[in-house]
Amino acid sequence: MDILYFAWVRERIGMPRETIETTAHTVAGLVEELKAREERYQLAFSDLSALRVAVDQTLTDFDASLEGAREVAFFPPMTGG
Amino acid sequence: MRVLVQEAPFDLGQESADFARGHRDMGAIVTFTGVVRDLPDDPLEAMEIEHYPGMTEAALRDFAAQAVTRFDLGDALVIHRYGRLVPGEMIMMVATAARHRRAAFEGAEFLMDYLKSRAPFWKREITVKGADWVKSKTVDEEALKRW
Repeated sequence: MDILYFAWVRERIGMPRETIETTAHTVAGLVEELKAREERYQLAFSDLSALRVAVDQTLTDFDASLEGAREVAFFPPMTGG
Repeated sequence: MRVLVQEAPFDLGQESADFARGHRDMGAIVTFTGVVRDLPDDPLEAMEIEHYPGMTEAALRDFAAQAVTRFDLGDALVIHRYGRLVPGEMIMMVATAARHRRAAFEGAEFLMDYLKSRAPFWKREITVKGADWVKSKTVDEEALKRW
């Protein structure tokens, strides 16, 4: 599964994207797997209320299923316009 | 309906004129343009805009289609830039065409509210003191509730 990071999430994790093997069924499960890896992930995911997530390029929430998902992106609230 | 996500500047006059042409049955055209503004106490050197290629274009097309349906617009245009911009540069524009002005204004406001909080762009301000990601504003999130 491709995992993408944007803005300060990318900076904290230190890379824009990575491909990982996961057994997680939900976004929240994936976050727990990532946090268990290294401290920089714990730092990036310490406050989920400050983060947004998209699964296959559609905004969703942390309870969302990863069934069939190919791409998950984590980023701060958007500041367009 | 036209959606453009690009690094290059756009020509506001040309885009507005092109958009306004060919809508004989539309009595109202509204355009809005967002500009990089300087900071009052801490001069802004540049603003960097990051985005999520692929999702950005899809999200903007979705917002434009929603605006057309919801406000019965004859047409809608969204242009949004990314990359490094300096104060005074245009960041983005939206244009809407409708039979009457209320729908054109509302359609443009709807698009702006969605662009602010739901389009995957992230702004970073660079000043002599350093670089800081722009924080999202509660007021922008609240603005979505009226739609």
